[in-house]
Amino acid sequence: MPSRNERILIDVSSGGFPWLTLVVFLPVLGVAVILLFEEALAKWVALGVSSLVFLVSLPLWVLFDESTPAMQFVESHQWIASPSINYTVGVDGISLPLVLLTTLLTPLCVLVSWTAIETRVREFMISLLVMETATLGVFVSLDFVLFYVFWETMLIPMYLLIGIWGGPNRVYAAIKFFLYTLAGSILLLVAIIVLYFYAGENSFDILMLSNAEYPAWLQAWLFWAFFAAFAVKVPMFPFHTWLPDAHVEAPTAGSVMLASVLLKLGAYGFLRFSLPMLPDATQRFTSVVIFLSVVAIIYGAYMAFAQADLKKLIAYSSVSHMGFVTLGIFVLNAQGIEGAILQMVNHGITTGALFLCVGIVYERTHSREIADNAGLAASMPVYASFLVIFALSSVGLPGMNSFVGEFFVLLGTFMWNKAVATAAALGVILAAAYILWMLQRVIYGIPAQHMASKLHDMNWREIGTLAPLAFFVFWIGLYPKPLLDVMHASVDHLVQKQAKVMTVDEELPLPRWERARPELVEGAGVRVKPMEPETR
Amino acid sequence: MMIPLADLVTILPELIVVSVACLLLVLDPITPSNKKDLLAWMSVATLGICFIMTAGSMGDRVFAFSDLVVVDGYASFWKLLLYVVSGMTILLSIGYLKEERIDLAEFYGFVLLSLTGMMIMVSGADLLVIYLGIELMSISLYIMAGFKRFEARSIESSAKYFILGAFSSGLLLYGISLIFGAAGSTRLVEIAAAVEARGLDDSLILIALMLVIVGFGFKVAAVPFHMWTPDVYQGAPTSVTAFMAVASKAASFGAFLRVMLEGFGGMKPNWNGLILGVCILTLILGNLVAIVQTNVKRMLAYSSIAHAGYALIGLVVAGWVGTGVSAKGVSSMMLYLAVYSFMTLGAFSIVAILRRGGNEGEDLDDFTGLAKRHKGAAFLMLLFMVSLAGIPPTAGFIGKFYLFMAAVNAGLTWLAVVGLIFAAVSAFYYLRVVMVMYMREPSPDQENETRLALSPTATVVLALAAAGVVLFGLYPWPLVSLTATASLP
Repeated sequence: MPSRNERILIDVSSGGFPWLTLVVFLPVLGVAVILLFEEALAKWVALGVSSLVFLVSLPLWVLFDESTPAMQFVESHQWIASPSINYTVGVDGISLPLVLLTTLLTPLCVLVSWTAIETRVREFMISLLVMETATLGVFVSLDFVLFYVFWETMLIPMYLLIGIWGGPNRVYAAIKFFLYTLAGSILLLVAIIVLYFYAGENSFDILMLSNAEYPAWLQAWLFWAFFAAFAVKVPMFPFHTWLPDAHVEAPTAGSVMLASVLLKLGAYGFLRFSLPMLPDATQRFTSVVIFLSVVAIIYGAYMAFAQADLKKLIAYSSVSHMGFVTLGIFVLNAQGIEGAILQMVNHGITTGALFLCVGIVYERTHSREIADNAGLAASMPVYASFLVIFALSSVGLPGMNSFVGEFFVLLGTFMWNKAVATAAALGVILAAAYILWMLQRVIYGIPAQHMASKLHDMNWREIGTLAPLAFFVFWIGLYPKPLLDVMHASVDHLVQKQAKVMTVDEELPLPRWERARPELVEGAGVRVKPMEPETR
Repeated sequence: MMIPLADLVTILPELIVVSVACLLLVLDPITPSNKKDLLAWMSVATLGICFIMTAGSMGDRVFAFSDLVVVDGYASFWKLLLYVVSGMTILLSIGYLKEERIDLAEFYGFVLLSLTGMMIMVSGADLLVIYLGIELMSISLYIMAGFKRFEARSIESSAKYFILGAFSSGLLLYGISLIFGAAGSTRLVEIAAAVEARGLDDSLILIALMLVIVGFGFKVAAVPFHMWTPDVYQGAPTSVTAFMAVASKAASFGAFLRVMLEGFGGMKPNWNGLILGVCILTLILGNLVAIVQTNVKRMLAYSSIAHAGYALIGLVVAGWVGTGVSAKGVSSMMLYLAVYSFMTLGAFSIVAILRRGGNEGEDLDDFTGLAKRHKGAAFLMLLFMVSLAGIPPTAGFIGKFYLFMAAVNAGLTWLAVVGLIFAAVSAFYYLRVVMVMYMREPSPDQENETRLALSPTATVVLALAAAGVVLFGLYPWPLVSLTATASLP
């Protein structure tokens, strides 16, 4: 059914095997298995299923063709005939890293909940697995209605995760999370329907909608409709207020899922929809978004300083780090966008790991206050080492993952505007300050006497939870090429589309329909070659 | 005068249902009390037979009794829905009536009589025939609402329903009489012809139109004609409330739409603004007032008002002048009401099975910690609440999606935005039920109560409702294509 130039964008490298369907729906199958077994076995089944999902997602990485921006592993089946809605899934260089991030983190979430979740384990594991299916579904959907279905489905398991197994103020946090994100998505659904009618394709196919042309006024309208949905999810300043509540109250696994996967959905939405579908509006409003991103970077860091609660501190640092992601996306050059995607993965790994760390110590002391968890170096040396690794990664120490991402984002920002880049770099310095101050107190501070008896070092399960993430911290930090190679083609494709609009806007004040003619903009998208990371 | 046989064959399902209803009323006193269930099964079997008959003749368009009655795809769609809903009501009632100690088999007779009225409403091609249908439906419902005759609340519900129902019927009848004066007939075809000939500014027709809208507004519980709903719904026995909220609403909408399009279709610009206003008021009031309710039945009553507001979006679109827009509005409304039926019946069924002994089972507190006590019931309630809030992957989302598609298609994008904003508002009070069930600890008293009033037939009803909500959410195409083919042109 794809028409015109979309045909080129679809290639089937999967050899017809429905890898993506398998990856997406295996967790739901796991739910059925959990229901068959008794409560005590629930976590074993969940661990088995989520590990299996991770293993099944690896072939995606191996078989992925890095040379093309096309969607790969594409499957398309009719779902509803009128209006034409299809079950179409596929991945490209933008979504593949995020799919792998999700499949990697879910088994770790199961592991960290092993003893932390004592009540209603079965329901917990079911929520977690449904969550995994929904988030994976969002990343691979190539049909806008399918995307929206997954996007909204995710709310229910997350609501339950926070509301049932969360902290004392969990009900408030859960409903706040739910209503905030639901309200943000209102305009998204309307925008999807409007796109259907205006694109004239009679289709919800994301690739087709991306290639259609929309008048400037409609683009502006749609841009803010998308923005409302995605900015709440990221969350961008000033829509971030649900995040600290949700993070603090959620159980560890919920926090990890929130930070590592859910927050990525908003940024992914910008990359998949706002940029390719609404290039003119993106150009027009990019400075607004960049301003908000820089505010988020500095404000998040500033707020993180003031927190006495470890989870809240990390939550605000998330706001700051996600500011880098949106900044990278909206400077609209290859460095910025690649940096942003890398930063999304890095944030998923690092912040996820930090939340795991907090969860591990919380299980012992039942407190998240820095004062109660001070001076852990003596009683929990292994734990302290891991915490230092992840904290330094969060700071952006060279040789660790976040450095690469933030470096690329700042590089891209410098090319866009030096003053903005300077302001954003200030965020890095602030991050160093609040993280190191936190480390100083937690690792080397004066131990709280009443907690001393509870502090015993990590067991093998906990080490097993953190070790894979530590591995990725160094791998991406030292040799990010494999990850960057996956992105190049897709990001190039995205940037070229932006560059076309940019060049044409500056040089050819032609009506929109004239601009769309490719012969006018041949060779317009000049891309600065990205710096090869190894040679840095 | 001989009634032609062909005419009788056309309304055979109605004849069967009404005959069985009368038979039930006769059999009730002579049936031993331990065999009363048989009568319920008899009525369910009747509905099954009628379902097969109507489904078999689907797609024909037959007029009968000199064009007073029409059986077309549109009427058949509503009838199929009404059979299913009535059947589920009866199955739910078998256990529930025993629990309430009002297990009289004449109840099933009234369900069938009321159903006959609804079938006549959706098949009527003449305002008076539709009026007769409305009366047959309403009078049966007045009796059913007061079935707990030893309970003041139930009597109050019945009396309120009767007085306001009679009032609205009076308005409708007054409108019909004015129409008769203006058009010389009460047949929809001739009303349409009169509207065509006399133009849009005939004040007699305008007043009549207004009265008809007010009359139907009462029946579908649209604001500002909704005042009877909360008290009536709260006081009536739960299975009757479910039946009223679902079947009578569906039938009233079915007749309303046909009258507006086939009778007053020529003056759409005169009435669509009015319907639009009613629609928005209904969305606002239904959703906002539902927020403060602590009684689940009353909350569901306001929620049913809110959902009438959504269904009215379909009518607004159907009344929008534009090519190909109208039919989309009609079919999206049909789809919405079908979906609404499953989720609302499901929600009321949960309320019904919580009724046990001294426990009313309708206060929000009665749901506290339900997930700990009865996992299955809590999960089903979660499903119905999520679907009512319109969150995918449930059928409630599909229903809203098609409504908003139709609205945007007609150029009413802002109306879709308003609808979605109130969908988000509604999530707040639907999720509160989920919150109470899943996130609060049951009190010691509640923990000791181990059993639900879950009869095998109620299980069937819950399974059907849940299947409807899930299947039409995941694979809505059969229902969508059915509404598309059965839609009024």
